Amino acid sequence: MGRSESVPSGQTGDHPSVPGQRPADGPYLRVNDLRVRFDTEDGVVRAVDGVSFTVERGRTLGIVGESGSGKSVTSLAILGLHNAKRATIGGEIFVGGRQLVGLPEEEVRRLRGRDMAMIFQDPLSALHPYYTVGRQIAEAYRVHHPRAGRREARQRAVDMLGRVGIPQPARRFDQYPHEFSGGMRQRAMIAMALVNDPDLLIADEPTTALDVTVQAQILDLLADLQAEFHSAIILITHDLGVVSQVADDVLVMYGGRAVERGSVEQVLRRPQHPYTWGLLSSVPSLHGDADADLVPIRGNPPSLINLPSGCSFHPRCRYADRNGDRSRTEVPELRPAGQEGHLVACHLAAEERQRLYREEIAHVGVAR
Amino acid sequence: MSEVGTAPAEAEPLLRVRGLAKHFPVRTGLRGHSVVRAVDGLDFDVRPGETVGLVGESGCGKTTTGRMLVRLLEPTAGTIEFEGRDITHAGRRELRPLRQDLQIIFQDPYASLNPRHTVGRIIAMPLQVNGVAPAGGVKARVQELLEVVGLNPEHYNRYPHEFSGGQRQRIGIARALALRPKLIVADEPVSALDVSIQAQVVNLLRQLQRDLGLAFVFIAHDLAVVRHFCQRVAVMYLGKIVEIGDRADIYERPQHPYTRALLSAIPDVTRLGPGGRIRLTGDVPTPLDPPSGCRFRTRCWKAREICATEEPALVPRDGGGQATACHFPESGPVPQEDGGTAGTAVEEVSK
Repeated sequence: MGRSESVPSGQTGDHPSVPGQRPADGPYLRVNDLRVRFDTEDGVVRAVDGVSFTVERGRTLGIVGESGSGKSVTSLAILGLHNAKRATIGGEIFVGGRQLVGLPEEEVRRLRGRDMAMIFQDPLSALHPYYTVGRQIAEAYRVHHPRAGRREARQRAVDMLGRVGIPQPARRFDQYPHEFSGGMRQRAMIAMALVNDPDLLIADEPTTALDVTVQAQILDLLADLQAEFHSAIILITHDLGVVSQVADDVLVMYGGRAVERGSVEQVLRRPQHPYTWGLLSSVPSLHGDADADLVPIRGNPPSLINLPSGCSFHPRCRYADRNGDRSRTEVPELRPAGQEGHLVACHLAAEERQRLYREEIAHVGVAR
Repeated sequence: MSEVGTAPAEAEPLLRVRGLAKHFPVRTGLRGHSVVRAVDGLDFDVRPGETVGLVGESGCGKTTTGRMLVRLLEPTAGTIEFEGRDITHAGRRELRPLRQDLQIIFQDPYASLNPRHTVGRIIAMPLQVNGVAPAGGVKARVQELLEVVGLNPEHYNRYPHEFSGGQRQRIGIARALALRPKLIVADEPVSALDVSIQAQVVNLLRQLQRDLGLAFVFIAHDLAVVRHFCQRVAVMYLGKIVEIGDRADIYERPQHPYTRALLSAIPDVTRLGPGGRIRLTGDVPTPLDPPSGCRFRTRCWKAREICATEEPALVPRDGGGQATACHFPESGPVPQEDGGTAGTAVEEVSK
């Protein structure tokens, strides 16, 4: 597609880059120190506060967090969907080597839908009720292929509907969203997102509104399509089970910051952050002792307007006072947690963390 | 865990449901009329202090059932007996004493609390409506309830918007407890909450159940949550119970293909990579026009001719408390990822 023949520019994270400039080849998506701020009447909401990650083609990054952790705001920032009047976006977002932060709206629009696409949580509100499903998919194709005729666009849309497992796609093309069941609607959404063969697909809670048996179908479908199209996928979810099934890498967010990052194996099997420990032990499981109480995280998620000082997890952390005042005064940086590629933002010393995990965490809940 | 089955046990059931049905009339097209068989003949008992889970996917009728149990909806057919009294069609006045024994917790902690009322007023409302004057005064009782559900009694005068989602759900629980009920119908009480908060509320409900000896009908789509709360579980599909049994029966030895598929579909954090092997195709059919015979047959890999012609009855197997409505029930544990012939068969059939 010509995007990869960019000239290496010796770009490093230390220098602010010029919008549109292309750095060396590398991961298809590179997010560097992303910051998203909303100025509201009640104060400044720092929805995303210095988050960095990369996603390569053919890989899936799962972004996990509770409500208000900044996971959806991050994805909307990548797609350039924040209202420029309300949101202040800082940092760098490279998609296929193009820096998107600061790029004119018109240019981002040209990329959106073609190079990167999104699957939303609720297909009923993401599809227009007034137009047939097929027409909406065909339109998404023609926007980026202005020379394509109606017949070609229709054929392409029918192909896509068939590709995502909708029976009788030619007949379904002419039906309206309300004539589709929930699972079929989500398939249609996926067909629309994939109609231009994007290299980056962002799926924001794509299965949360679906029943479990349908969720399983959709997760299988996403995995199959990725194998076929070799796109980079970001899967945003609150469900650790979903992440364990489809993600290659995991980013755990809390209060707008990344607290842990690594391969799915590292983060779910050898988690290093007390918040990740808490998440894993509070999930009810189909295995283990059903009579044992769950081990919740105490307290409530923080307000983004008034984040706790230092490590924003410290008021809920059982180990916050093991570092004197550091947890309260100093924001921990994301640092190597032992294994290659595994990063954690925690003040606990590495040995202490390993010991706590071994002695107190490894045997409770699902974090076995 | 005590042995609680469908067979008559020592204790008289607190709640006895027989043939319960709810049909909603709907308009189809310009003149047509039709009925949605949301709930279509349920039988189950709830003993004092017992927790029974109603699980199933959307449209299976679990919420409609819950609402009929507390008589927010009028049943179309069947009977509901509470402590031996038929309350199926009890009028407003007859229901009043019953309301004290039978309470409900709603799913949405935002929509179920009046934003203009203080927490104190919200929790005191059931006392007031039912003309109950607690010893020591209403305020003392409300503060006691706040403490029971883990909220600060000083927050008596605050409004719902000052609380987080988990705290609001605690307020809803305190309100349900105000009249010292014997049975609480909890309709998806934790599904709107974040995981870390969900665990707090599940633990609170477990503790209340233990301390106060409350019976629960716990309605949920999340089988893992139900496993941590319920002693007995009924699995519903398109308005029918397809399988009912003790927790261990349902989770370790499920016999109905649907129960197996449901368990297999849950993404499990303890396993990395693609999940269980049983994959159902398609969605749940519409309750406007449910399949003939066994309602699950259109998605079932074991379906044969008899399944289309004859509806399987919910009958006990193995002489125990586990009952399954299936012509070809399964046996043994659910196959895990490596092996299990059932799984492979499904994959072939579903292609």
